[in-house]
Amino acid sequence: MTTTVDRTGHDPADVSSYPMSRNGKCPFDPPPELYAHQEQGPLAKVRIWDGSTPWLVTRYADQRALLADPRVSADVARPGYPSPAPIPKGGSAISFILMDDPEHARLRRMVTAPFAIRRVEAMRPTVQKIVDDLIDDMLAGPRPVDLVEAFALPVPSLVICALLGVPYTDHDFFQANSKIIIKRDARPEDRQAALGRLVGYLDQLVGTKMTEPGDDLLSRLAARVGSGELSRMDAAQMGVLLLIAGHETTANMIALGTLALLEHPDQLTRLRAADDRALVSGAVEELLRYLHITHNGRRRVALEDIELDGQVIRAGDGIVFPNDIGNRDPEAFPHPDTLDIGRDARHHIAFGFGVHQCLGQSLARMELQVVYGTLYRRIPTLALAAPLEEIPFKHDGSVYGVHELPVTW
Amino acid sequence: MKVTLDQDRCVGSGQCVVAAPDVFHQREEDGIAVLLEESPAAELAADVQHAATVCPALAIAVEGHR
Repeated sequence: MTTTVDRTGHDPADVSSYPMSRNGKCPFDPPPELYAHQEQGPLAKVRIWDGSTPWLVTRYADQRALLADPRVSADVARPGYPSPAPIPKGGSAISFILMDDPEHARLRRMVTAPFAIRRVEAMRPTVQKIVDDLIDDMLAGPRPVDLVEAFALPVPSLVICALLGVPYTDHDFFQANSKIIIKRDARPEDRQAALGRLVGYLDQLVGTKMTEPGDDLLSRLAARVGSGELSRMDAAQMGVLLLIAGHETTANMIALGTLALLEHPDQLTRLRAADDRALVSGAVEELLRYLHITHNGRRRVALEDIELDGQVIRAGDGIVFPNDIGNRDPEAFPHPDTLDIGRDARHHIAFGFGVHQCLGQSLARMELQVVYGTLYRRIPTLALAAPLEEIPFKHDGSVYGVHELPVTW
Repeated sequence: MKVTLDQDRCVGSGQCVVAAPDVFHQREEDGIAVLLEESPAAELAADVQHAATVCPALAIAVEGHR
């Protein structure tokens, strides 16, 4: 039947494109094609924007095993790396997320301390106050209101800016530039320019913190620049990475999580009635699993030949890990397409897996615990102010969510 | 039950501290995990096993528990 069959046994003409489209009627579920691939598993080939055909790994256990495998590299500069977008000329590795150990570990360990559990817990009262104040403002203002603009974006912005020591007056500047960087179809030169503006700004701020240090993360990085452990450019790039990583992601979890709960009123009622923190933190884990907002697939390249169920991923082959479908694997989560805030979902891979797993995950969890534990209690009649069909979903970014969420009460 | 922790592999995710706070701790300076109890009490077995499961760097090994 086929004339050309590549070494994987797949007809290249049959290879589906990645990323894939969601079913418009199921805005919380991964694309239908990913379910089919997972059922057929364990490996498939997909075609990405540049015409290359990396492997697609869809099962939970395989995703975990390979993402933690040292034979798999996150180095964007290696031939075969399946970049989600064109790589700008001159290179722009966004710091250590796109590097391998030992350099990755050296840089990451410089910024892990503020994200340790104890330090994150110490920030909880500050986050609670930010959330309460924003809700006060919303309740005092007109309705309906866009929850994204009024609440979901300001919460993580205020938190991450406080953590880094970035003045909140520069918030709009950051918001505008980080949006360009994560937009999937942004032109490479626009993305590069936005990144340049952020790095330039943070480079200046690091300089300021070297002479006038505060109790913040950038000041700690500035001290390492002073002692020669880190270049000022490295410090600025790490600052940009942390700011972007902690911003849009958490915001989307807040808005999309709220929408998911409003569409599952039984779960929302259960969450609102919860007076123990365990159920709230369980709900956070389940919503992280169920929504899985990073929907562009995690990207790696094989350093050696790796065998998986009789097939071989060759050294130099690209690999894409859509963790959204991994989190819907029935082998790992019974009835995976059911949102059940009472289930034990703690082993989800919404933050990835392996040495690159999200650095800020504990902070994100705490923010979401405060938000989900506060918003629906303080506004018990919270409701959508538009039909679900009219809610604009972010199909074009690397982070899934809603552009706007009109709500009333 | 015997627990081992490879600090060189640890990436400081802190998930072990959430799962089993009596057994794991994080260093102040860099968030790297510290093993507080090599032979935890049997009633902590499920928590310790969970800590090993969620460790993204596969830095925790548990022997003598199933």
